Amino acid sequence: MAFGPHLLLATLEGLVTAAVLALTALGLSLVFGVMRIVNVAHGEFFMLGAVLAWAVATTLGAHPAIGFVAALVVAPLVVGAIALLSERLVLRRLNYDPEATIVATIGLLYIIQQLALSLYGPEARPVTPPFNYRVLLPWFGYSGYKLSIIAASGLLLVATWLVLTRTKIGLVMRATQYDREMAQAFAIPVERVYAGVFALGAMLAAFAAVLIVPISQAHYLMGQDPLLLSFIVVIIGGLGSLRGTVLAALIIGLSDGIVSMFFSPTLAKLIATLVVAMVLVFRPQGLFGTVAR
Amino acid sequence: MTEASTARIYGLHIAVVAVLFALNFLLPDYHHGLFARILVLATFAMGYNLLFGYAGLLSLGHAMFFAAGLYGSGLAITNLGFGVVAAFIAGLGCGALLSLIVGLLALRTSGVAFMIVTMMFAQAVLLTIVYFNQWTGGDQGLVLQQASRILTVGGASFDLTAPAVRYLAALALFAIVLFLTLAIVRSRFGRVLVAIRENEERTRMLGYDTFANKLAAVVLSGVFCAAAGAAYALLFGYVGSNFASVQYSILPLLWVLAGGAATTLGPVIGTLFIYYVTDIASSYTSAWLLIVGVALILLVLFAPKGILGAVRKRWIGWLP
Amino acid sequence: MTGKGRFFDLTNGKASRRTVLKGLAAGAGLAAAPGFVRYAQAQSSAPIKIGFQAHRTGIGAAYGRWYERTTAAAVKAINAAGGINGRPIEIVVEDDGTDAARGAEVVAKLANQHKVDIVYGTLFSNVVVGSAPTAGELKIPYYVVSEGYHVASGKLNRYVFQPGITDVRAQVTSVAPWIAANAGKKVTMIFPDYAFGYDHRDYLPPALQKAGAEVVAKIAIPPTESSFTKYFPQIPSETDAIYHVMVGPAVLTFVKELGDFYGSSGPKLFGFIDSLEAVDINSPGLEYLDGSHFWEGSPRYAQADDTEAQKAYRAAVGIDDNGAAVADAKDVSTAAHMFGCWETLYVIKKAMEDAGYTGPGDRAKLVEATEALTEFAEGPEHPQGKKLFNGKIHQCFGHQNISKLEGGKLKVVHKTTIEDGMYEPEADYTKQSL
Repeated sequence: MAFGPHLLLATLEGLVTAAVLALTALGLSLVFGVMRIVNVAHGEFFMLGAVLAWAVATTLGAHPAIGFVAALVVAPLVVGAIALLSERLVLRRLNYDPEATIVATIGLLYIIQQLALSLYGPEARPVTPPFNYRVLLPWFGYSGYKLSIIAASGLLLVATWLVLTRTKIGLVMRATQYDREMAQAFAIPVERVYAGVFALGAMLAAFAAVLIVPISQAHYLMGQDPLLLSFIVVIIGGLGSLRGTVLAALIIGLSDGIVSMFFSPTLAKLIATLVVAMVLVFRPQGLFGTVAR
Repeated sequence: MTEASTARIYGLHIAVVAVLFALNFLLPDYHHGLFARILVLATFAMGYNLLFGYAGLLSLGHAMFFAAGLYGSGLAITNLGFGVVAAFIAGLGCGALLSLIVGLLALRTSGVAFMIVTMMFAQAVLLTIVYFNQWTGGDQGLVLQQASRILTVGGASFDLTAPAVRYLAALALFAIVLFLTLAIVRSRFGRVLVAIRENEERTRMLGYDTFANKLAAVVLSGVFCAAAGAAYALLFGYVGSNFASVQYSILPLLWVLAGGAATTLGPVIGTLFIYYVTDIASSYTSAWLLIVGVALILLVLFAPKGILGAVRKRWIGWLP
Repeated sequence: MTGKGRFFDLTNGKASRRTVLKGLAAGAGLAAAPGFVRYAQAQSSAPIKIGFQAHRTGIGAAYGRWYERTTAAAVKAINAAGGINGRPIEIVVEDDGTDAARGAEVVAKLANQHKVDIVYGTLFSNVVVGSAPTAGELKIPYYVVSEGYHVASGKLNRYVFQPGITDVRAQVTSVAPWIAANAGKKVTMIFPDYAFGYDHRDYLPPALQKAGAEVVAKIAIPPTESSFTKYFPQIPSETDAIYHVMVGPAVLTFVKELGDFYGSSGPKLFGFIDSLEAVDINSPGLEYLDGSHFWEGSPRYAQADDTEAQKAYRAAVGIDDNGAAVADAKDVSTAAHMFGCWETLYVIKKAMEDAGYTGPGDRAKLVEATEALTEFAEGPEHPQGKKLFNGKIHQCFGHQNISKLEGGKLKVVHKTTIEDGMYEPEADYTKQSL
């Protein structure tokens, strides 16, 4: 394939990766930024979203588009509820101690994984896309659904941005992020904010998973990679910075796509990993945002 | 620190090693073999604890140091025909070199960025192992044949595949690293590390070179973990890329947190705890991950500072 | 369980810390007592215990589930027919999590704690390679159903056998002439950059060359990759056929993306069914595979010319004509591989009877008896077909199937001969000491 079309393809692929990654990472970034905890189970919320999407679409058995839309609503809500429950039952009792939280969320990861394995099974199961449209370019074909992921993710990111910057909820969240004690002094119910943030973070991951599941598939071990990549995006983007998170997701997604043009796949992954690591080494505060406190 | 407490602390550690030595003769076959493995992995956890528990640097990439020792010694045997001792030293050398490079780069960052940078370096190491699969065997890994795992010292030769030899070799490594750790954390250097953990800014202002101290901690930690990796290859005869995966970076963190961070004996207690919970749960049910998950959550709810952390807080305040 | 076993079995009942300690102390006394032989009183009717190292969790779980079902069916059949030497088989399952390190621990646990006679059943090659040293050190025969070339390569040891399934090197070698004649002369390989892929990468090119075709590109996909489109431009435009082996959950993505990329105008496809084991071939997104060809060890779909033995085997395991569980049409089997469990158990039975096996003291005799086997005839014990066994490399060789996907079913269009897959052995385990 000629260089131009190849670059176009790599860019498109990078954008799809970035779109899904931005949503997943945004969820992690909120939790990380506001609550200052490392949620190792974040990838499992992503997996749950995909598995629930399959369950909803299969149970309904209606037209794929209806099943998909239902999944887009139901899966994030259920995952949000599970996250809320685990926050109440476990994280709050640990008083958000960073180290204890790591162990607790590893425990949560095991529990969710086992439940998915026992109740859903070890197989990878597909979900039919809401529509099948193949965009025919002169050099290659491309999935129309994939392009719609980019749009959907963009819309949700804008919506989240509006909530964070234009509403009282967003103000309260940001206040809690900047200074927990001060927020408390101003009668902000910090505990409720934490619970809400934790649920919202999980819901964003679940939403991203529902978007990806028609082109990927639901599998009980699918949570690990989104988790690792989200961590990277969050740090490169700078804690709690939406702008930074989106930009970092773009950098990671595009570099992954474009580096893969020049090297064999494994070498490309190796180089892309080292490049991103070096960005962090030489700009540890992230591209935007402030130094982690 | 008083003479009495020094004697008490060393007495406790000597007693622990003595009990482990006695277990060599008491444990039934399966548990004997499992203990040998746990002692090697507890050494890995002790290496991790030095950096995480004492210096306060949370790394998510320590699998790379274990893998450096594992592959350093394993490849030295399969490709260069090294003997056991030379291979072990090669493993240590690889670990020292890698941890020096990683330390120099990653210590430019701190906090969560340090965590992510170490994770990415470990990922790069894993991909390197996969990429050079013609030599490393990729994820399938390499087997070190029994014949290449015989240790000759002077005129005597020890077959590292014999259960008792293996157990005692693992115990020797464990004991050496345990007492080294104890000596380090009780030394001036160890106290500087704790000071850095508690307040790096103030420690620097007091005139300490915090970067050099942290780098030394990274390298020592890396060498301990590489020693565990090299011992694993030599004692158990298998070298595989799984040990470089992120799972093996999270495991030592888990072992240390479960046993009690910044306690000298916490890592071995945590490793034993997690191993046996898993082993017992998996014989009761195929849904053993669920039990392990619940056990972890109960553990942190009732002992957020780990098992020994709780013991130290409630009963034995002098525990190092 | 008797004596020593009961005291030490921490898993047996609610072992409190105190009882464990008591057990340890008592055990010390017992172990020290001279002449303590646990198997001395083994009666002729006591079961033969076979340790089953199963992938219940981890990436191999979909395969593991069917390996367990096939094993249970075979054991039921063998026991109903009188067992081995008149002794019933008892299966002891331990989960290895599809992890190499845990695999080694499980072999030790089965051997030392459950006191099994042999260990059996492993699939994923990293687990086989990781566990083999332990099996060798404990001198316990270890029968794997993995299809990797690891056993035959000579890299493992004298206690490891693969008598129930043909290795990948032989599979690849035997299908190459058909690919060259029917799919195309210029082949691009897409395979996972890990163990399973290496056997394909190393042995397909020479086999194709011999058949007058060539590999024009090798695209090794790194582990954990979940999207493939970006690598497709690396497929040379001159490619006649794409040879694909993708294992793991991402295979559906792979096929779908290939379809989106090429539309109806792409190269021909030849794949290894390994990718689609336990996956419904009529899943949404797999339409692009229609008309393409697959290697199958044993056919998933019932064929018109199935032997009686094949029909009986399918009924015993509980799979319908579409290769799915009789009870649940959505529960698709791993038919192309799991027959190996059935056949391996019958090889174990044969070898144990040849050796006059009575207990762990006869393990060396069992190894030698297995090595002495040369041929397994097609029939109820070997429903997939006749096999030749090479005792020097501990590996069997059988027929391979090439199936075409049409009308939502896989239909066998070509069956290779056993000789098609034979290669010059590179090892001789019988020279190793026992």
